[in-house]
Formats: sequence, structure tokens, C-alpha cells
Amino acid sequence: MRGAVLSRWLLPMAPAVLLLGLFVAGPILWSGYVSFTNAALTGAAATSPDFVGLENFRRLFADPALWHSAWLTVVFTVGSAVIGQNGLGLLIAVLTRHRNRVLRNAVGVSVVSAWVLPELVAAFALYAFLNPEGTLNALLGAVGLSQDWLFSAPLLAIVLGNAWRGTAFSMLVYQAALSEVPTELTEAAEVDGAGALRRFRHVTLPVIRRSVLTNLMLVTLQTLGVFTLIYVLTAGGPGDATQTLPLLMYDEAFELDEIGYGATISLVLLAVGALFAVVYARTLREEV
Amino acid sequence: MSRRGESALVGSLLGVIALLFLAPLLWLLTAAFDAEAPLSAAVPQRFTLENFEQVLDWETTIRPLWNGLLLSGGAALISVLAAVLCAYPLSRYRSRFRRPFLYTVLFATGLPITAVMVPVYSMFVRLDLVDSMFGTTLFLAATSLPVAIWMTKNFMDGVPISLEEAAWVDGASAMQALRSVVLPLIVPGMGVVGIFTFINAWGNFFVPFVLLLDPAKQPASVGVFAFFGQGGLIAYGQLAAFSILYTAPVIGLYLLVSRSLGGAFTLTGAIK
Repeated sequence: MRGAVLSRWLLPMAPAVLLLGLFVAGPILWSGYVSFTNAALTGAAATSPDFVGLENFRRLFADPALWHSAWLTVVFTVGSAVIGQNGLGLLIAVLTRHRNRVLRNAVGVSVVSAWVLPELVAAFALYAFLNPEGTLNALLGAVGLSQDWLFSAPLLAIVLGNAWRGTAFSMLVYQAALSEVPTELTEAAEVDGAGALRRFRHVTLPVIRRSVLTNLMLVTLQTLGVFTLIYVLTAGGPGDATQTLPLLMYDEAFELDEIGYGATISLVLLAVGALFAVVYARTLREEV
Repeated sequence: MSRRGESALVGSLLGVIALLFLAPLLWLLTAAFDAEAPLSAAVPQRFTLENFEQVLDWETTIRPLWNGLLLSGGAALISVLAAVLCAYPLSRYRSRFRRPFLYTVLFATGLPITAVMVPVYSMFVRLDLVDSMFGTTLFLAATSLPVAIWMTKNFMDGVPISLEEAAWVDGASAMQALRSVVLPLIVPGMGVVGIFTFINAWGNFFVPFVLLLDPAKQPASVGVFAFFGQGGLIAYGQLAAFSILYTAPVIGLYLLVSRSLGGAFTLTGAIK
């Protein structure tokens, strides 16, 4: 029996468990340890960091930069993921339903192309688009609205940018979910005289409820960790106008050399993520 | 509103959405073929392939692409192998550890990986793995592993266990049954998992940016960024050309997956 457990479970699962333990669970536990030290990139604190107890946490929670970043992260996540990606994805999925193939495919390809690009290329294309000499201003120049968007409206720029980049995922999720809504149901409601909005609210939405929940959870989690897009577009600036938690973490750890303090921020970010991930895992509970 | 009027309205709204999504990408396509590319999308005055010729050398493009191939290919291979082995018992046997383990994996698929980069770097310093392509490959494999395990288990659950029972009767061990009966049936699925991991690793900027310092080891994702840092003067045409070369493999793989498995949604099979 013991041999069966070994050959059936332990041996085949060993590589995966080892990798996950070493490279996923390991760093999380490690950040727990490092955040109690004054570890730095260089100098004496790099080779033999001192244990500083709760000092990093005390400093972090008293730091206005943390609260500023946390707030920006909330605005960024709600704006670009919950309203932007999720809302727009749902809208496109609903609008393309039962449309002719050509239109459906054309919309699908254009939305998906922003999504499949490597993140840096996408961020780059956006940077050129929003640049004072970029395409957006070339279009808006005619009506006198051109400006340096990354400077005048940096938060809006990253919110719209991330919505642009990620909407495809939600769109695909909702297209799949909507294809499972029985047409007889919507048709019956239509015969009963329900308008499009009412049909959506009372017939379609209840059927796709679970997809809405899991999608909201996933896009929120993905957006909490967005780094590259913001780093390329604004690098957290101007000033600290777009310094979300991942950018703050990066700055403290790698620009200001304070690994211990950076690890403390990453623990906060992980804790927020873990909270969402638990809810997400629970909504999918029956599937296990 | 009449039906036809409504249909025309929705049609034009969708048209506008499609154009808005394409607008930022137009520049990449026009600038790459323009010798004096501006920062806005414009029809090239003189269509040229010069930009591609100029970036197509070992140091600028070929080495970064090769490094990307090593990192992403390695991560995909390791991830698929580990996921197949791990998913088999999870799909076939019952145990009281099964549910908690699957929960943990599901939980891990949701964690924002960005958040662990600081501790990973600090851990890599201790383990002397900074600047190690092998270490970076292992990390990339590990981060995509939760989703890979989840997807692989779903594919395996679709293979009836009765097929293996015949093999067991013939005296095959579990691993032999996995190899000769189950694996051939889920090859397309494993292709999807592998390509999914590859695309993710190929496009990832933050991980190699933090873990690989030596330019000779950096993949294309970090290579693009190097164009940016050269103090103001940037040859936009070359940058666009490089971006296209770097993006092409991903588009190819994406088309391969979405064609062979009916729709891009299979990529996200884990969420259903």
C-alpha cells in the first residue's frame, strides 16, 4: 500500500511539486522572511542583512506613498479591468452575437490582435500612439485637441491602454458563455414583448452569471500585477501620478536598492491578490 | 426603431470599435516599411525593407530571438512534462489529498506573479542563479505550471478510464498506460498547453528584465526595450521592424492553436 502511494502519487507529482515549491511557494515564504530584514542590493546589508522585526511594516503603513499607490491601483483596476475590459468585452460579445460572420470576424481579429502581441510591443505601439507626435494627435489635431496625453492625462492613458490590451480575453470568455444561452429562451421573452435590455437583464445575465463572476475575478487578478504597460508608458510618472503598487515595489527594491522594503510591498500585493484568488477558487469549487 | 435601423446602428458601432482597436497598431505596420518613419501612422513615402535589413544582425535581433526560443521552448517543454506527470494521478485516482492539492493549484493560477519578482530576485541572488538562463527557464516553467496542470487534467478527464483498464489487464503499469493509451489521445491538448506556455514566456518582459542582466543572455522581450533607452534618438522604423520580427512567431503559433482547436477560447480552457 505504501509502495502504491509512492509510485502512484509521489513520484509522478514530484517534478511539478518541486518546481512549484521552489519557484512559487519558495519566493512567497522568502518574501515573508526578507520583509523582516533590511536586505539591500549593495553594501553590507546585501551580504548580511539584519533582522529588523516589524520595522518595514511600520514604515510602510506610515508611508503616504503606499496609500497613494494603493488608491491608484484600485482606480486602475476598476477602470481598466472591471469597467474597461469586462464591460467592453461583454458589450462586444453581445453586439456580435447573431451578426454576420464577416463583421463578427473583423471585430474579433482587431480586438484579439491587441491581446496576442507580446506585452512590450503592445505597450510600445501605445506609446507611439499617445506620443505628442503620435497617431492620436495627428487625428485630433484637426479639431485642436492635440496634447501630450502621457503628461496631461497619464492615469487615463494607462487605464484606456490596459482596457485596449486586455478586452479580448473577456470578449472570448463572454462569446463562449453566450453561445450556451438557449435561443428559445430569448425568443420566448421577445414574443412576450421584452425589449433588448430587459431580455439581457432577465434572461441572458442569469445564465452567464458564473462566467461573469470568474471573468471579473481573473481580470482583476491580472490587472493587479500589470507592470510592463505602465513602466513603458509612464514609468509611474509624471511624479508619482501612475505609480501603482507593482511600480512602487519595483522602485523601492531595484531603483532605491531596498530589497527588504520592496519585499514588504510585494507581500501586501500578494495578500490582496490572495484574497481575490481565494474567492475565485471558491466560485469554481464544484469543478474540482 | 426598426429592425433594419437597429442592425445598421449595431453594425456601425462595431465598425468603430474595430477601428479603435486597430488604430494603435497601424503605426507598427507603416513605420516598419518607412525609411524616415515618424511616430504617427502614415503611408510610407518610399516603401522599403531597409529597416529589416538593418536590424537583422546577430546582436540586435537574431541572438535575442534565439535566447527567447531557448527560454520559452525550455519552459514549455518542462511545463508540459511536469504537468502531464502531475495531472495523471489527479485525474485517475482518488485520495484525500486530491481536492486540497487541486484547490492550491487553482489558487496559484490566480496569484499575481509580478508580486513575487522582488523575493524571486533576492532568492536568486542567494542561490547564485541571477543571470542564469537555466534558472530563468525553470522559473518561467514554474509560473505557468498551475494553469498547465489545470488544463492537462481537464484534457485527461475527457479520456475514458475504460481504455486504460484494458491495458492494465494486459499487465501494463500506470505509467505505461499513460504513455501508450492516454498520451496519444491528448497530444493536441498538450500542444495547446505547450504553445500557451511558450507564448506567455515569449511575451514576458518583467521576468527576464529582472533575472537576466547580461545583454548576451537577454531575450527579444528585453531587447525591444533596449531600443528605447538610447537617449532620445530612436530609429522608429527599425524599432517597428524589430517588433514585427519579434511578434511574428507568436501570431503564427496563435493561429495554429486557434485553427486546430476551434477558437481562441481553448487557450483559456482553465477558466470554464
